[in-house]
Amino acid sequence: MDGDLGVRLEVDTRAPRGTGRDAASPESLSRLAASMVPPSPPAWRRALVQLLHLWLLVLFVVVWELASVLGERLNPQLSIMLPPPTAVFSAAQDLIGRGVLLTHIADSLRRVLVAVGAAAALGVPLGLAMGWSSAFRRAMDPLIEFIRPIPPLAWIPLSILWFGIGDTQNEYIIFLAAFFPVVLNSMAGARDVDTYLVRAGLSLGARRRDLFLTVVLPGSLPNIFTGLRVGLGIGWMALVAGELVAAPTGLGYMINNARTLFRSDYILLGMVLIGLLGLVLDFLMRQVARLAMPWYQGR
Amino acid sequence: MAQVSVKDVSKVHVSIKGEPVLALHEVSFQVENNEFFSIVGPSGCGKTTLLNLLAGFERPTRGELRVGGGLITEPGWERAVVFQEYALFPWYTVAQNIAYGLKRKKLPEAEQRRLVDHYVGLVGLRGFEKRYPRELSGGMRQRVSIARALAVDPAILLMDEPFASLDIQTREFMQDELLKIWQRERKTVIFVTHSIDEAIKLSDRVAIMTPRPGHIEEIKTVDSARPRDMTQPAMVQLAAEVKRWLRQQLFESTPA
Repeated sequence: MDGDLGVRLEVDTRAPRGTGRDAASPESLSRLAASMVPPSPPAWRRALVQLLHLWLLVLFVVVWELASVLGERLNPQLSIMLPPPTAVFSAAQDLIGRGVLLTHIADSLRRVLVAVGAAAALGVPLGLAMGWSSAFRRAMDPLIEFIRPIPPLAWIPLSILWFGIGDTQNEYIIFLAAFFPVVLNSMAGARDVDTYLVRAGLSLGARRRDLFLTVVLPGSLPNIFTGLRVGLGIGWMALVAGELVAAPTGLGYMINNARTLFRSDYILLGMVLIGLLGLVLDFLMRQVARLAMPWYQGR
Repeated sequence: MAQVSVKDVSKVHVSIKGEPVLALHEVSFQVENNEFFSIVGPSGCGKTTLLNLLAGFERPTRGELRVGGGLITEPGWERAVVFQEYALFPWYTVAQNIAYGLKRKKLPEAEQRRLVDHYVGLVGLRGFEKRYPRELSGGMRQRVSIARALAVDPAILLMDEPFASLDIQTREFMQDELLKIWQRERKTVIFVTHSIDEAIKLSDRVAIMTPRPGHIEEIKTVDSARPRDMTQPAMVQLAAEVKRWLRQQLFESTPA
């Protein structure tokens, strides 16, 4: 252990470069850091790399196409049971050419956004109130948990009696699907706000409304946005049920209508579009969340 | 008259099973104006509960806590709290966190800006005003938390194991910084820690707490000029004495 190991410890007593307390500003340090890493590749190359990640999706479409085309040779009925992607594509061209597809898409989007907007407008305040006040939560909980398991489809007959035939009835069904995830996540958000943050707010003089707006609400935002994402997703999933009755347009209507006409290419087109637009909606919702919570990124 | 007076305070918590648990039993002490007073004891001895009572987050089951003669009934500016896990608002920047209490005090905008700038400088965070807490290291977060507490100009600073989650170098550095700030700003500090060395290094007096139920057994006066070198014989001896005493209380009075 002791004894000369032939090593002498040299202590550098000069201030360490760039780490001293009154050394470089954070801005100049981040410039220094940026100068040490290679510049990021141009946007088109990054986009290309992103596209390469989609190989499995491409393979899926190719296999689907081959299976349908080859299958049809063995059994002609298969062209109705599973039309190939190319048939779906020409169905899309056909419907765009007749000028109806964009109307279907626009009307479905409008119904879902109105319904999810209503679910957010009612569900977020209700959920936050339930999370904030345990007395209110205890009163509301049985009611919520009693209504929640009833499937939106089961509401269709009553909703026709209440709202008649039209957009409001369609939107009500979608609203029911979106409402509960929004309420329950908002409630979890308000409940799970860090006790220490509430105490910090209290000891710094915040009370009631002020405390709610500056601590509880921002602390709940991550959960609120989770609820809105899930609600939007489930609302969009409920589109077919929502447009089951007397909707004159919409992707859900298109699918229901194609079923009576035996047009499985239109059905698949509707399904594909619902999937793609759902992806886009979720992406947009995540961007809104990023803008609303710049402090939450990277977690 | 002492500035802080805690008299025969007992606190009963209700456990998860619903059983009442005596967390504090007849705790009494007084803290003078501008004093640096530490409460030291093992985890679970009730020192955080005591600090929560002083902060006004909880009410005592028996006894009373007074500041400047008035009963403590709710949290307030004159008793600012520095939490172990910093408790910074993640959605506010450094400057906004420090300004939070000033806004609630309804100070004029210009005065708020001046004070934020003053305390950012005091804790050595110039240039970081617009950062979010998650972009800062643990030591820097704790500085923001101290600046936020000091900015509301409290009479008393309540600190709950503020340096417990920092590494040892940062911790010692922060201790020195805290002493400098305390000597400049002249506040009463009530400092909770499980580290006997930390308590002796910083404090005028050290209250020693024993658990189950939490009780202050003894208060030691540390009579030595600051900054204190914890390797000095007098300091080493005092620390050893407190440790031995606490060990006796903990392990020899109860069957292991």
